[in-house]
Amino acid sequence: MFHVKQSWDVLVVGGGHAGCEAAHAAARAGARTALLTLRLDAVGAMSCNPAIGGLGKGHLVREVDAMGGLMGLAADAAGIQFRLLNRSKGPAVQGPRTQADRRLYKAAVRRLLAHERLALIEGEAADLIVQDGRVQGLRLADGAELRARAVVLTTGTFLGGVIHVGDVSRPGGRVGEAPSVALAHRLRDLGLPMGRLKTGTPPRLDGRTIQWDRLEAQAPDADPVMLSFLSAGPTARQVACGITHTNPRTHDIIRDNLARSAMYGGHIQGAGPRYCPSIEDKVVRFADKDSHQVFLEPEGLDDPTVYPNGISTSLPASVQQDYVRSIAGLEDAVITQAGYAIEYDHVDPRALSPSLELKALPGLFLAGQINGTTGYEEAAAQGLAAGLNAARAAQGEAPATFDRATSYLGVLLDDLVGRGVAEPYRMFTSRAEFRLSLRADNADQRLTPQARAWGLVDEPRWAAFSVKVERLDAARDALRSRRFTARSLAAQGVRVAPDGETRDGLAALALPDATWEALAALDPTLPPADDATVAQLSREGLYAAYESRQAREAAALREGDATLPPDLDYAAIPGLSSELKGKLARLRPATLRHAALVDGMTPSALLLLRARLKRAA
Amino acid sequence: MTQALPESPTVFAPATAPGRAGVSVMRLSGPRAHAAAEALAGPLPPVARTLRTLRHAGEPLDQALVLTWEAPNSFTGEHVAELHLHGSPAAVAAVSRALLALGVALAEPGEFTRRALMNGRLDLARVEGLAALLDAETEGQRRQALRVFSGALGAKAEEWRARLLRAVALVEAGLDFAEEDLGDLLPEARAQAALLAAELRAEARGARVAERLRDGFEVALVGPPNAGKSTLLNRLAGRDAALVSPEPGTTRDVIEVRLDLGGLPVTLLDTAGLRDASGVEALGVARGQERAARADLRVLLVPPGEPLPEAGPDDIVLRAKADGGGGVSGLTGAGVDALAAEIARRLSLRTAALGVGLRERHASAMQEGAEALEEAVALLDAAAPPEIAAASLRRALLALDALVGRVGTEDILGAIFSSFCIGK
Repeated sequence: MFHVKQSWDVLVVGGGHAGCEAAHAAARAGARTALLTLRLDAVGAMSCNPAIGGLGKGHLVREVDAMGGLMGLAADAAGIQFRLLNRSKGPAVQGPRTQADRRLYKAAVRRLLAHERLALIEGEAADLIVQDGRVQGLRLADGAELRARAVVLTTGTFLGGVIHVGDVSRPGGRVGEAPSVALAHRLRDLGLPMGRLKTGTPPRLDGRTIQWDRLEAQAPDADPVMLSFLSAGPTARQVACGITHTNPRTHDIIRDNLARSAMYGGHIQGAGPRYCPSIEDKVVRFADKDSHQVFLEPEGLDDPTVYPNGISTSLPASVQQDYVRSIAGLEDAVITQAGYAIEYDHVDPRALSPSLELKALPGLFLAGQINGTTGYEEAAAQGLAAGLNAARAAQGEAPATFDRATSYLGVLLDDLVGRGVAEPYRMFTSRAEFRLSLRADNADQRLTPQARAWGLVDEPRWAAFSVKVERLDAARDALRSRRFTARSLAAQGVRVAPDGETRDGLAALALPDATWEALAALDPTLPPADDATVAQLSREGLYAAYESRQAREAAALREGDATLPPDLDYAAIPGLSSELKGKLARLRPATLRHAALVDGMTPSALLLLRARLKRAA
Repeated sequence: MTQALPESPTVFAPATAPGRAGVSVMRLSGPRAHAAAEALAGPLPPVARTLRTLRHAGEPLDQALVLTWEAPNSFTGEHVAELHLHGSPAAVAAVSRALLALGVALAEPGEFTRRALMNGRLDLARVEGLAALLDAETEGQRRQALRVFSGALGAKAEEWRARLLRAVALVEAGLDFAEEDLGDLLPEARAQAALLAAELRAEARGARVAERLRDGFEVALVGPPNAGKSTLLNRLAGRDAALVSPEPGTTRDVIEVRLDLGGLPVTLLDTAGLRDASGVEALGVARGQERAARADLRVLLVPPGEPLPEAGPDDIVLRAKADGGGGVSGLTGAGVDALAAEIARRLSLRTAALGVGLRERHASAMQEGAEALEEAVALLDAAAPPEIAAASLRRALLALDALVGRVGTEDILGAIFSSFCIGK
């Protein structure tokens, strides 16, 4: 008989990006929280490439930050090469990104995790405690029991993880860490729908053996854009990355050894991502290209390790050495750790509710790679949602929901639970129908007020946000109440046809080369505004005319938002094929839109469901 | 559907028009369709085509060709049986009574098609094509409806969709994969969008013609009072549809006669004469002019001695009450066949625009798609941020989705089913 050691509101298993955000969000939302990790010194580790942010991903980081999360602040503290991607395109598709120093990042996460309601516990989760159909806590490998009202699993690739280097494979989560076998069995026994995925890593190089002076350098931005709304500028020294290219000889070496690759030698069954394929994939699938870009990304200021982004592989270590040394600048490069592929099981996220709670086992929340996603940012965003919802469930509050029309997190959760995953899921801006409104620059305007109501936003952030919004509102009102002729704007140097239409100030500010000073010169009553406010309003103005035209999309989205009762008897709906009845009963889509995504769904079957909902209403 | 049942009930209905005919077809669909047919015809193979004597309660009802199909390879996707009876109302009534006694329910209007749709045997466009096919009065209508029913619209929309997706993908790739050196993908996207826009515009025009093919082209007879318009109308119609009197102004409003001219449905409009009128008659004149202006073609009758006005592209100008030399006379019939042929020729030229579209719904979805695409092209030409052009391309995609019924299907279906009569 075990004795009850401790009791918590929320217990988070795993100290990666999902786990840290989950634990911190749960604590902020008022829950007494514990984070259980195999190794305390691994909390906040970046196990893959040393960068945070990017297109879609940078949007997610800003949203996590807007809701009081860790990732943006930690990335800013560790950032050694800030770059705003898509700088030449519109603000909706610009994504902030930074290379991050691993050591600084981990230290920042540990520092930021400090919270009066959050405890860190080192130990191995062995099993779930399930009573009355609910998860009630965890049993540890040493026999101790941790009781909790809700448990969040953020265990990455630990489910059936297998690491492949060439034709050598062994079980493992990350390099050097053992997969948690007992817990995996427990999850399997629940009979959840599972899938198998794979992902690859490149060999790591010793930067001191790279001939940097022969390579093209990618400099950090001169005016760095930060990941967090609260950061003023970089604190770490800024460095450049290198760029090199594979060549026909590299490709020959890879082609000659394809049979020895784990992915091509038939050792791996899982589905890999189409968007960042291994170098073997690139050589085979894009046979007409004889060169691919390789970014040489430093892993840290004091760490000579370099992450060669673009050549992930599962070839044997000796072949990796050969092809790396065939690349310009890497002729003498020393591999410090061979690249490897990992395949792992994940839970089909359609088994989750939009709050990331398992439909089959209330009280158990899943976040991160276990749900079939890839990427730190995707993991962090899910972690925040799962931690928040676990805390709300533990405190008897209704789930916090996120909408496709107002956040990338909404898109992420909706895609996962509605569509499931066929490859490791990664965020792109093109996944968001309302991309023009869901910008990295307005994540706080979209999410901070609601997050404040959920308890996630502390006083300093709220104060800063309130000031910003006041300034924006005042300046926006001033612009909207004034009109400017095209002729007068053109005379001020604004790029606009002089015979064009008369605009309000917001639209005028969005014109190329328009400045606040130009408008103030035309209308001296225009009150002064600070640069940040003007920049933000100019971004708003750029899309204002187009956003309003997305009405049809919005209507279609709302139509799809109609919820399907969780106990709907699909068998009793005449006209549905028995195959579809079976699928719907198994997947239990939460909304009409999710039902539409079920494989084999026809317009008429959807119509039938809609008619069914109408009748019930 | 008032009661939710685990299986659709088995239903039947006469599939041919009531009354005397060579053959009357009784169609049964549902899980018990074969069992019910066997109860009347004796044991049948799963896929039958056999001549049997139908009996019920020991009484012979009729001799019938019995056909069966197995689910899901039938029109409705369910088990189906057809009893081809002799075309007598008495036989149909007797078999109907027997089926009701066997517990088979009478189908609701449109029930078979609804089941076919629900079971994925037809898509929305094909259902619309079927509705048109069953309603077809003329050869032109029949051909067009058959094209749509055979899935031409759905196939075309899928092809457009695939090409549009390619254009969307080109723009999106440049946005989401800025770090990869993919080159400038926008020119190809622009070219594809421009090409699609033009095709959609042309198809939208075709769909409007198809709408005319179904509802009829309007041809207005126009001319001063007493130019002989009503006489000509009656001659063209082959019957007295309009009151003819030497008194000017006899026709006060618009008289419509529906004709089949060279396989095209034509509604001939006899409008009140063009002259100064007052009171109620003036109202009729005004209304007539309005209709004439909206008509697809106008036949201008010019009385003898008056100068011939210049003809617009949609006008046929003829000397009235003339017995020869390019004129027309409703009274003698001179030139009437030539006029009918000319009307048919002019209208059939328009059917060259016919495409895969059939309904106003198709036309407006295509037009919406075309407008969104044209906007995308304009934005790309103006070097606007590509994400804004992408938003326009996505709107075009939604329009095509609406075309094949992926979205907004409910109202369309209501309209379709209300236009179906029992058993079809």
